[in-house]
Amino acid sequence: MIDLEQVKHIAGLARINFTEKELEGFQKDLSAILDYIDKLKEVDIENVSPTSHSVNLKNITRLDEAKSSSDELADELIKAAPHKKGRFVKVKPIF
Amino acid sequence: MDLSSLTIGKIVQGLESKKFSGQEIIDGFLDNISKKEKKINAFISVFEKEAKEQAKTIDAMVSAKRKLPPLAGVPVAIKDNILVKGKRATAGSKILDNYIAPYDATVVKKLKEAGAIIVGKTNLDEFAMGASGEYSAYGPTKNPNDLEYAPGGSSSGSAAAVAANMCVGAFGSDTAGSVRQPASACGIVGMKPTYGAVSRYGLIAMASSLDQIGPLSKNTEDARILFDIIKGRDEMDSTSCEMGREYGATDKPIKDLVIGLPKECSGQGIQKEVRDVLEASIQKLKQSGIKFEILSLPHLGYGVACYYIITPAEVSSNLARYDGIRYGMSEPGDELLDTYVNTRAEYFGNEVKRRIMLGTYVLSAGYYDAYYLRAQKVRTKIVEDFKKAFEKVDLILAPTLPTLPFKLGDRLDDPLSMYLADLLTVPANLAGLPAISVPAGKSGNLPIGIQFIAPPFKEDLLFSAANYFENEITPRHS
Repeated sequence: MIDLEQVKHIAGLARINFTEKELEGFQKDLSAILDYIDKLKEVDIENVSPTSHSVNLKNITRLDEAKSSSDELADELIKAAPHKKGRFVKVKPIF
Repeated sequence: MDLSSLTIGKIVQGLESKKFSGQEIIDGFLDNISKKEKKINAFISVFEKEAKEQAKTIDAMVSAKRKLPPLAGVPVAIKDNILVKGKRATAGSKILDNYIAPYDATVVKKLKEAGAIIVGKTNLDEFAMGASGEYSAYGPTKNPNDLEYAPGGSSSGSAAAVAANMCVGAFGSDTAGSVRQPASACGIVGMKPTYGAVSRYGLIAMASSLDQIGPLSKNTEDARILFDIIKGRDEMDSTSCEMGREYGATDKPIKDLVIGLPKECSGQGIQKEVRDVLEASIQKLKQSGIKFEILSLPHLGYGVACYYIITPAEVSSNLARYDGIRYGMSEPGDELLDTYVNTRAEYFGNEVKRRIMLGTYVLSAGYYDAYYLRAQKVRTKIVEDFKKAFEKVDLILAPTLPTLPFKLGDRLDDPLSMYLADLLTVPANLAGLPAISVPAGKSGNLPIGIQFIAPPFKEDLLFSAANYFENEITPRHS
């Protein structure tokens, strides 16, 4: 069982606010899932490399060229922001 | 008009020969949507007006005797985690409740160019995380075969819409079985392409090392036509590539195929009704000369455990973008951090939070080697199991779901039992392999599907075998 302090720490890293009751629920759920996942320890993974790509494709590269999108698209994207001022996305002060 | 017998081929042929008009077709399907949607809840948005206008354009092309594009007038539905320009794309989540897609996904662009009519966006488990459709923030979708049952997930709405004749074909995303699994539960065909065969530009990312877009349809031929339209290299998705070869030409005649039967897929943990249908399918295929070989995929049973490390890890990183700043819903607080934590608390559902928490945990300092790295190594063992198997056999056959479809509500409170619905579908995702689920039988009114799994980029073989099974073995739609 992972302890409640650890669950709180993870919630902080995940950037989600939880009530105390929710945290207890996750403590239970996560512990059950981690117990199940523990069965991976049965597998001998000596000298096995981790999968980085399932079908081993070659790298696909392209020229590093800047392409500009239309002003129209830029306007659409700014329009999607919940808070804005003119053509700027507005955020709370960082400092 | 009998909508249930309409396939893509029949629609295009019927339009060309003026047997019916594009407007008649679209009216038929839209009527059916308005009749059934209240009960089934397959859609999050329906585009009635545009669909009718597009049908008129197609009819004008017919009158002008212009050559029709390959999907002219064919009504299709798109899972709501795939972007259609100017339309809402919620991904089944309240956090994107107000999000309007600023561009078309590559698959959508290709479908539009091919003349398909997009009738709507379909319901899904939130961000495609779930196996029943019940984790949608927009209410559960019902299984058209029996309204008390879940349609499977996460492409719940896409599968239900095809099964209920609300469209001819639909698209979903398959990360652990999310196309094949609901197809099996709803009694239709669902196909997951090889990793990289279809562009994911415009698909809202869940687990990027596994996600693939695939078609759902009434029969294998339609799935093949739809796949043919959407496949191929796209410069907007650097994991996409050309298929290398065209299907249609198989290596050898169907009757010379050797099909592998993993013993792990027919024993313990597989419900009797499912085993019976698999056994009956094997016997029929044997009669037609196909050879079978029992084999072992020893690490198959570790697939779900592997998946529930790799996926949450990728989820926690992919979903970090929903912060209430650039798009979607926002719950502002006093400071910048408050906006992040409040927005995510307010608008993410429970299963999404659970996976973000699990992913954050397995990637956090000190745990990376024990969980993520170990899972990627076990994944290599699963990939190797398949490689060895395909040295001896052409295809692998297995049930799609280990059990019959389950009732709505049955697994809601037990995340692990929900995860285990992916047992037989997740291995193909972990190994990047193409797979197709086709209807093989029923228990009462509950459909049972079986899946063929092929080596990477052998979609041709997959479609040939599934098509043969469908037409020679279980004749349904002509």
